[in-house]
Amino acid sequence: MPKFVELWVYLSATPLFGLTATLVVYVLAQALYARLGQAAWANPVLWSVVVLASLLTLTRVDYPTYFAGAQFIHFLLGPAVVALAWPLWERRAALRRHWRALLAAALVGGVAASGSALLLGWLVGLPHEVVLSLAPKSVTAPVAMGIADKIGGIPALAAVFAVVTGMVGALSGKVLFGLLKIPTDGDGWMARGFSLGTAAHGIGAARAMQVNADAGAFAGLALGLQVVLAALLIPLLFRLF
Amino acid sequence: MNGLRGLAWLLAMQSLGELLSRGLSLPFPGPVVGMLLLLLALRLPLVREPVAACANFLLSHLSLLFVPVGVGVMTHLGLLGQYGVRMLAVIVLSTWIGLAVTMLVLRAFKGQRDA
Repeated sequence: MPKFVELWVYLSATPLFGLTATLVVYVLAQALYARLGQAAWANPVLWSVVVLASLLTLTRVDYPTYFAGAQFIHFLLGPAVVALAWPLWERRAALRRHWRALLAAALVGGVAASGSALLLGWLVGLPHEVVLSLAPKSVTAPVAMGIADKIGGIPALAAVFAVVTGMVGALSGKVLFGLLKIPTDGDGWMARGFSLGTAAHGIGAARAMQVNADAGAFAGLALGLQVVLAALLIPLLFRLF
Repeated sequence: MNGLRGLAWLLAMQSLGELLSRGLSLPFPGPVVGMLLLLLALRLPLVREPVAACANFLLSHLSLLFVPVGVGVMTHLGLLGQYGVRMLAVIVLSTWIGLAVTMLVLRAFKGQRDA
């Protein structure tokens, strides 16, 4: 079937392929996730990534070709970061009321996540630029890439670390909070959401939004705070030391 | 129409943020400056209503936006093969530490308030 091969070669080289494949696979993964009662292990980001990476490997389409199409989705991360102003604005009353606790938690939690990653990465003997790419891992991927670039890490690797961190948080948050005996009442949801947004950024926040509206709003708030704190503090700390 | 107008506002704020970030060599990436600018601009109803429509749509599909970068894992298979287990262990442990510490700080403040 040379005709088919020719068509495939044409199609797989146009941006249309990467864009369509990403959307279709994600929509299917999302449907499956809903069907499975939003079980944490059925995380749509995780499965979309696994299916797409396998698909590209099988069809021998390289990542830059895929990204030529997928970049249209990737591009929206920028406006999405700007859009985080909205959950911050919506919760400004709660923010004003609890700002000391929230700011302290965001700061200490963010430093703990980033600092422990740097320390552990250094302890297990990862290469220097890999360790540096771990520093912004609890910040949403586009910002993590920018920070990694500023401190001498590898932006693409920092984005992957951020995505994996988000998935770990989304997958294991519920179990961990259960172990810490965090209640599922008003304050409990607020704290669960805020912790997920702080340590597991957008993917954790997306999970929180699906589980509980209050948790989701506070996750959005935490994610926004983490973006500002990390973008300000990480390059500053690295410049000092 | 409000959705489109909202997107225009988001992009305008991002562009302005990008200009300020580069022009003044601020430590924040452009979109972060854009977010702070938008936070100030949301006082105006002219901005608020269109942005609400667009922001809710974008943020409810936030996880989709991470997929293209996530697929990029495949370009680092060499590094992953060599250090994959160690990197995963570091990420899992530090994420748990981050989650637990954030939670404990929040709880300490709550305890103080209730007491």
